[in-house]
Amino acid sequence: MKFTSILAGAVLAVGLSGAAMAQDKTKVGFIFVGPVGDGGWTYEHNQGRLALEAEFGDSVETVFQENVPEGADAERAMTQMALGGADLIFTTSFGYMDPTLNVAAKFPNVRFEHATGFKRSDNVSTYSARFYEGRAVQGHIAGRMTKTNKVGYIGSFPIPEVIRGINSAYLHAKKVNPDVEFSVVWAYTWFDPAKEADAATALIETGHDVILQHTDSSAPQAAAEKAGNVITFGQASDMAEYGPSPRVSSIIDNWAPYYIARTKAVMDNTWVSTDTWDGIGAGMVKIGDISSAVPEDVKAEAEALRDSIASGAYSPFTGPINKQDGSAWLGEGEVADDGTLAGMGFYVEGLTGDIPN
Amino acid sequence: MDLSAIDPLILAASIMVASTPILLAAIGELVVEKAGVLNLGVEGMMITGAICGFAIAVQTESPALGFIAAAVGGAVLSLLFGFLTQYLLSNQVATGLALTLFGLGLSALMGQGYVGIKAPATSDFNVPLLSEIPVLGPILFQHDLMVYFSIALIAVVWAVLKYTRIGLILRAVGENHDAAHALGYKVVRVRLIAIMFGGACAGLGGAYLSLIRVPQWTDGMTAGAGWIALAIVVFASWRPWRVLLGAYLFGGVTVLQLNLQAVGLDIPVVYLSMSPYLITIIVLVIMSANRGGGALGAPAALGRSFHASS
Repeated sequence: MKFTSILAGAVLAVGLSGAAMAQDKTKVGFIFVGPVGDGGWTYEHNQGRLALEAEFGDSVETVFQENVPEGADAERAMTQMALGGADLIFTTSFGYMDPTLNVAAKFPNVRFEHATGFKRSDNVSTYSARFYEGRAVQGHIAGRMTKTNKVGYIGSFPIPEVIRGINSAYLHAKKVNPDVEFSVVWAYTWFDPAKEADAATALIETGHDVILQHTDSSAPQAAAEKAGNVITFGQASDMAEYGPSPRVSSIIDNWAPYYIARTKAVMDNTWVSTDTWDGIGAGMVKIGDISSAVPEDVKAEAEALRDSIASGAYSPFTGPINKQDGSAWLGEGEVADDGTLAGMGFYVEGLTGDIPN
Repeated sequence: MDLSAIDPLILAASIMVASTPILLAAIGELVVEKAGVLNLGVEGMMITGAICGFAIAVQTESPALGFIAAAVGGAVLSLLFGFLTQYLLSNQVATGLALTLFGLGLSALMGQGYVGIKAPATSDFNVPLLSEIPVLGPILFQHDLMVYFSIALIAVVWAVLKYTRIGLILRAVGENHDAAHALGYKVVRVRLIAIMFGGACAGLGGAYLSLIRVPQWTDGMTAGAGWIALAIVVFASWRPWRVLLGAYLFGGVTVLQLNLQAVGLDIPVVYLSMSPYLITIIVLVIMSANRGGGALGAPAALGRSFHASS
């Protein structure tokens, strides 16, 4: 009798202290699609997580799970994290969209933030970066630098985010080089260094001398370096170790300010479901240093383009632009609205090939 | 679409490079399975070999030393599997899966300081005279040494299994370990050596990825190549030359579909992407139909634990 009451007391004490700790610390969870050491997409999200820890110190606790497949397994990982007492969970890949909503419905008191998606609910926010703004700058450099007039593009999955990037890069390459052609290779993976290297090699061997990638590893950079005379752009992360050539510039994702702001909102109890879509202007997308392999005049043009996008003076999707089938999309001077961009499922005029569905 | 943009010579050369990692891993696993051991940890041993090889190659700036380190690393990891399954008689399937998970984690830990570092360059080895032959020369005789090594290894494994006493003992152990034991052969010892050979080959395959094919280190870079190697052993119905065929077929379709996409072939990508797997399934079906079903030449004692008392 006495023993059991002591035991009960002990359990109660442990439980209470646990609850007290949970109140003190805000627990933030991250679901990653690749390993934190991928050198690209997941690496940058993890940098954001580390910045969060640096900013709040002991008042925040972060947990993460890497290499979570997009699909049913993602739901399990999120559920586990929510059961583990996370107050805020960032799910950092497009394919987590429906799993995030499903799990969020079961845990109304946990806040979720889904990257690059478009479905929201009371406790699910979405956030993304306007990578296509950076793609415009890449397209410009690609159009000016290519000698064979053939630009290769390694796509991951045919989703709006990737298609936007292809369209944006193509439009701006075409603007400075009317003869340019784009070839898109779909890798159907976000992260598979061997396959990405093979895709880059296939493009290089078929005469493409500029490689753009929308996959997460730096393997295409290595393949380009081996081939020589090919230029590439860092994706998600700076990939500066492959500069000054083949990597001539990059798009860098900068998530830290957003992660810090949203965690602060949870701490202050001011968190509400929103949709955030920031670009170069807000600093969520950064253009990595344009290397010495790019001629001065091209560099100056690219930087001017970057600055005009940052200031809001220019939008990468400004008419006149036709769709691939020749039908009109944007009239003269018309700017694409966010709704169309978010769900973009078509190529612009001039691109060849079909988008797989 | 412009198919002429694909140079068949360059394509064939790319296929050989793309196939070499799975070829190395598969021939190692073939020997392991011939000895009656099913080691599902190929993926784990490959990735451990990838980081061991990469780390040593970067430190010493010698790809050759890197490959040796990769073989040693893979073999040491496989010894863990060997100890658990041969002495503690643990379940081979479960232990193999655990080895894969362990290898992935261990390699990520070991590789922390190596992300974003470049590998020392390996030079192609042009076989004297032969590389000058038009058409065949560039395809067959202008590769890095590991490509030749992998093909030579197939030949050696084939010859040893077929013509030597060692090969006979190995096969006896794999077909019926009790009978082999009764004849006085050291079943556990033979199996341990086979397991180490398999680990070394898987390690070499991994290092080929991290040092030549990709070449860099990233976490989880084998991305399922070990599982494909396992499938190829079954596909090859445990015959060395068919391993070569299977690996080149698989590597070939993978590379070819990327090339076809690059020149804008008007076939939906999904069909191209699934074609390697589809072909594997079709070949398996055809082969099993020919032999009237059954085990397709699997070693009889495959996956069974041996203890002298039983």
